[in-house]
Amino acid sequence: MRYILNRLAHAFFLLVGVSFLSFLFTTMAPGNYFDEMRLNPQISPDTVAALRAQYGVDRPVLVRYGRWVASIAHGDLGFSFAYGRPAAPLLWVRARNTLLLTSVATIVAWLIALPLGIWSAENRGRLPDIAVTSATGLLLVIPDLLLALGLLLLAVRTGWFPTGGMVSVGFETLSFIGKLRDTILHMALPVTVLVLSALPILVRHVRAAMSEVLGTGYLRAAQAHGIPRRTLLYRYALPAASHPLISLFGFSVGTLLSGSLIVEVVMSWPGLGPLLLEAILARDLYVVIGGVMLSTVFLVAGNLVADVILYWVDPRIRVA
Amino acid sequence: MRSRRKLIVCLAILGGLHFVIACAGFFSPYDPTTQNRDWPYAPPMRIHWFDAAGHFHLRPFFYPLQLHEGAFNEYQQDTTHPVTLNFFMTGPRYRLLGILPLHIHLFGAGDTPVFLLGSDSYGRDLFSRMLFGGQISLLAGLLAAGLALSFGLVIGSLAAYLGGWGDEILMRLAELFLALPWLYLLFAIRAFLPLAVSPVEAFLLIVILIGTVGWARPARLIRSVVLSAKERDYVRAARGFGATGGYLLRRHILPETLSVMLTQAAILVPQYVLAEVTLSFLGLGVPEPVPSWGNLLSSLQQYSVLTSYWWMYLPSFAMVPFFVGYLILASALQERAEGPKI
Repeated sequence: MRYILNRLAHAFFLLVGVSFLSFLFTTMAPGNYFDEMRLNPQISPDTVAALRAQYGVDRPVLVRYGRWVASIAHGDLGFSFAYGRPAAPLLWVRARNTLLLTSVATIVAWLIALPLGIWSAENRGRLPDIAVTSATGLLLVIPDLLLALGLLLLAVRTGWFPTGGMVSVGFETLSFIGKLRDTILHMALPVTVLVLSALPILVRHVRAAMSEVLGTGYLRAAQAHGIPRRTLLYRYALPAASHPLISLFGFSVGTLLSGSLIVEVVMSWPGLGPLLLEAILARDLYVVIGGVMLSTVFLVAGNLVADVILYWVDPRIRVA
Repeated sequence: MRSRRKLIVCLAILGGLHFVIACAGFFSPYDPTTQNRDWPYAPPMRIHWFDAAGHFHLRPFFYPLQLHEGAFNEYQQDTTHPVTLNFFMTGPRYRLLGILPLHIHLFGAGDTPVFLLGSDSYGRDLFSRMLFGGQISLLAGLLAAGLALSFGLVIGSLAAYLGGWGDEILMRLAELFLALPWLYLLFAIRAFLPLAVSPVEAFLLIVILIGTVGWARPARLIRSVVLSAKERDYVRAARGFGATGGYLLRRHILPETLSVMLTQAAILVPQYVLAEVTLSFLGLGVPEPVPSWGNLLSSLQQYSVLTSYWWMYLPSFAMVPFFVGYLILASALQERAEGPKI
């Protein structure tokens, strides 16, 4: 239990550090939302000054940080200048969509990577292994931006898939099954890109971990006892190889989050990515910080889940 | 022996690729920013060696484009008047490697425009823009990697040298930087920097930004190498003979980090090239009219371009051979560092 508490405390300090760091960067920033407003001749300097005072932009960074932390306690996450309302509701809707995309992509990627990596490790040096290794090598060098644009181009030219957004026009009128089908169709392309970009690293790690375990004496002994292949691989070898893979799970969440940022913008998926980009272009400070914070929370949560699974799976951690 | 050959072949190919991009002025027929308003969105032209009758021509030729009657951006090939390509012909002036003023181009076709990869909305030659864009993107990647590695070297060896509290603080900070999804971090910091800047400023901004964000991973690696090098017997022996800290660092410890640095560089350069491409693609990087691999693709964000002008996607393939090269280079360097496998 101490282990879990330790990890929780670690995650908490990480989040505090990240939030403070992002506030520190804002003080170095030459210009903010109101500077651009000042250029507008229709807004008087007094109004700008009043707005600055109202939002506390003219205060020192520590005061602003304190107020921001207080606004988290209210569930506001700061204030969006551009939308003129608290940032949290804006962020939540988008974060939900990002989470949907990345969690589906994570599950699909692992469901493909595990059997593929195991198959490759089992046939080390033979044709299946060579095929898998070269295919993942090819995927490794194609950036997700290219993949996303290429698939989008394909979708536009063939019309097989919807080419943007999350739902079709008239989504509300559809039945439940229709809604599900519509969302899945819209998700197909972004999820494919994310899975393809995450797959090579996952497959390679699964392969490495599995081939290490498959070479050990106890597995060869188990094999000599005539234990069937499937049981041997999934019941004996996979749990033994799981330790590095579970750590990798936490890492893969981070990669997928970074990947989803660009994929969302290209495929116009209404997630955190496009919101963040808009906020950057509009200098909407708190939305940017909120977006970064939320993505960090997801990443930290992914790592925490990995830690908990590790604790549950690996008795060595529980004892230590 | 095999890994050595792999390394040499890989370095030669990568060197060749970089050479082509570095001498973009010579290999591209046009200036990347020259607009041909009469030729917007011209499709890619195919270079032929065989004519319609199946006869072979030693000098390749192409069919010039003609505007469709009544359309402003629809073209058809004029197959009745093939134009041969000229090699080593004079064209627009450029500076080779930014220094040597020249006006000889590898190929061109005189007054008839030849667009190997088509042209964009301003009628600029995409092939030329692709080559020149590579200069910006690759240079950004190389400089940013250099910057990140130097930061990493300084901070990593400092942490290993200080030990105790200093080490603890620096490594916690590194963990903080590693904990963030790095693209979000890049975005967040970019958000607080000025948006409308000149291309040169934007380029430097991006290089510094990417280089600064990326210090954490090399710093951690170098710290661990320095820590293990510090405890080697020969280093202790040298210390026992009265070697100074600077001498130890120069002669024994830094050479140990070299192979790690090289491997890291081979991993980081393509990553940072991609970071520049991503930022420029989203309009947060190097702005028009200067071409970069990123902003060349940004027109694909328009639906009309996706539906009608698919060749705008072609320049993106330029980065793939570089990434392949760097990937193989990284694995070859890693094999070499680990020594021969038993």
